[in-house]
Amino acid sequence: MITPRRIAAASAGAGSPRRPLAASRPRYGERVIRALLALCAGLSVVVTTGIVLSLLVGTVDFFRVVPVTDFLFGTRWAPSFSDASFGVLPLVAGTANIVLWSMLVAVPVGLSSAIYLSEYAPARLRKVVKPMLEVLEGIPTVAIGLFALLFLRPLLEELLPFLPWRTPHSVGVAGVAVGLMIVPLVASVADDAMRAVPRSLREGAYALGAGKLTVSTRVVFPAAISGIVAAFVLAVSRAIGETMVVLLAAGASPNLTFLPTESVQTMTAFIGQTATGEIATGTIDYYTIFAVGALLFVLTLMMNMLAIRLVRRFREVYE
Amino acid sequence: MATGTRPPRTARTRLAVAGARAATVGSLTAPAAGRRVREFLFPAVLFLGLSVALTGLAALIIWAVVQGGERVNLGLVTNGPSAINPEQAGYRTAILGSLWVIGGVIVLIVPLGTGAAIYLEEFADRTRWYHRLFELNIQNLAGVPSIVFGILGLAFIVRGPLQLGFVAAAGSITVALLVLPTVIIAALEAIRAVPSSVRQGAMALGATKWQTVWHQVLPAARSGILTGVILAVARAIGEAAPLLLVGAVTFTMADPSFFEGSYTTLPVQIYDWARRPQEELRTLAAAGILVMLALVLAMNSVAVWLRNRYEQKW
Repeated sequence: MITPRRIAAASAGAGSPRRPLAASRPRYGERVIRALLALCAGLSVVVTTGIVLSLLVGTVDFFRVVPVTDFLFGTRWAPSFSDASFGVLPLVAGTANIVLWSMLVAVPVGLSSAIYLSEYAPARLRKVVKPMLEVLEGIPTVAIGLFALLFLRPLLEELLPFLPWRTPHSVGVAGVAVGLMIVPLVASVADDAMRAVPRSLREGAYALGAGKLTVSTRVVFPAAISGIVAAFVLAVSRAIGETMVVLLAAGASPNLTFLPTESVQTMTAFIGQTATGEIATGTIDYYTIFAVGALLFVLTLMMNMLAIRLVRRFREVYE
Repeated sequence: MATGTRPPRTARTRLAVAGARAATVGSLTAPAAGRRVREFLFPAVLFLGLSVALTGLAALIIWAVVQGGERVNLGLVTNGPSAINPEQAGYRTAILGSLWVIGGVIVLIVPLGTGAAIYLEEFADRTRWYHRLFELNIQNLAGVPSIVFGILGLAFIVRGPLQLGFVAAAGSITVALLVLPTVIIAALEAIRAVPSSVRQGAMALGATKWQTVWHQVLPAARSGILTGVILAVARAIGEAAPLLLVGAVTFTMADPSFFEGSYTTLPVQIYDWARRPQEELRTLAAAGILVMLALVLAMNSVAVWLRNRYEQKW
């Protein structure tokens, strides 16, 4: 460690008398600024703690009234009925349903877009399409929900008249809309992962006589697999947490069903539905929000941790 | 290339050259028919996927124009809401509410986001465990569903410690916390991209750490930080879910203010119209979507353009 005193001594030892290199006076302003900046950085930790605390307190209050096993394994969700029942499985099934349908759209469409953009697209097309996808990633979810409810739903009913369309809401349509919404996310994360694969790998394969198809599917795809999987995991996390599309297009009836034409309620939709307007503290309705929110938080947290891990892996290999 | 040093062409070298040429020619001549078909079909299928994505998203925009285009006029922005007279109704209170919320968001996220990024990138000791924890925490916060931030707002900002009540300020703080990780991550990357020679040059001329950051690093990272802020604000404009929990009511006649009275925002108002069965209200909702889309897509375009323009300048 080089202390200011030692630098001064060294320069003095060099023969000519010099000013010491260290600060001539203590910089109190610098310290204040540093402390303020540290506070800004600390805020994010405060926010996380706040989220965990608020969810925890409400959830503990909820479990004072409702047994944990009834909540986690019950199959009937009817919190505001006179014979109230708090089995969360219908809500979880609703969310799983949305995730399933949205992934059926987002995975093939997003992945093929990513491979095309990264391996096949001419530079000029890429230059136009990539920013376009990034801009479209920001479409507000209310817009997508309304589009699903008023356009996709009637369209799909016309295209597939043999399905039992009974309600104006349908989980399949909502899922497809959520899938469409997360396609840009999947495409851009997977594209980044594939472009991070070094050129030398591709050129090596070409030199051995491989065609473009082989290079894309046997060389680039496996090399970028962790980034691609991260894109899927992020997409699942987004689909779990999506609220407005589901609220508008999937309805509000907690059903244990996997029929795409049925109306379901997801965890997020329940929270959004129940908490609208001024909700009285201390009622069981109020605490259900926190219990369902806690479950949602834990699920998405696990997904995000996994995605962060995977992304870091592909970064470490090639940078 | 010096031709004088070329070895004489013996029979062996001639053979080697011929063999290499044959191998190259073999790999360059037309492959078998099956492979040719696959090589053609694969990119075609991929292109189809990309087209589906772009068509779906373009359909949304076209649909909004067709469905709501007839209602776009000055009254849409200046008239208040009305469920009885939907032909005349507009988004006046919703737009004002959105402006309050967004104004608060900008005031909060610019200093907080930049400050956090500066601390993490310039001041924090990289080798300490808490540095990793900070970054991991921010990455995780960026993925927390927006409605969970609504729960935080309800428990801590509307009620609990801050006790603000259901006012625009509460909505503003909640949304600011929601988009803050986006700003921090963008600012971190922008600051990281400034080469260390800039810092060393400033320090060598006798600048203090803060003078270096304020006069050299921040101006250099400006466009990257701005990109993050614009993206965050665009997201904040369209965000409805957390606001449902912190009291954005779906119908309010009075012009809102920041610290008192009920408020609503553009996406929440659109959500309310969209839920109702009347055809006119749905048209009104589509017109609102059009206004919001124009705003958000314009802001996103500016952000993406800014980023691509100033990327890798060093």
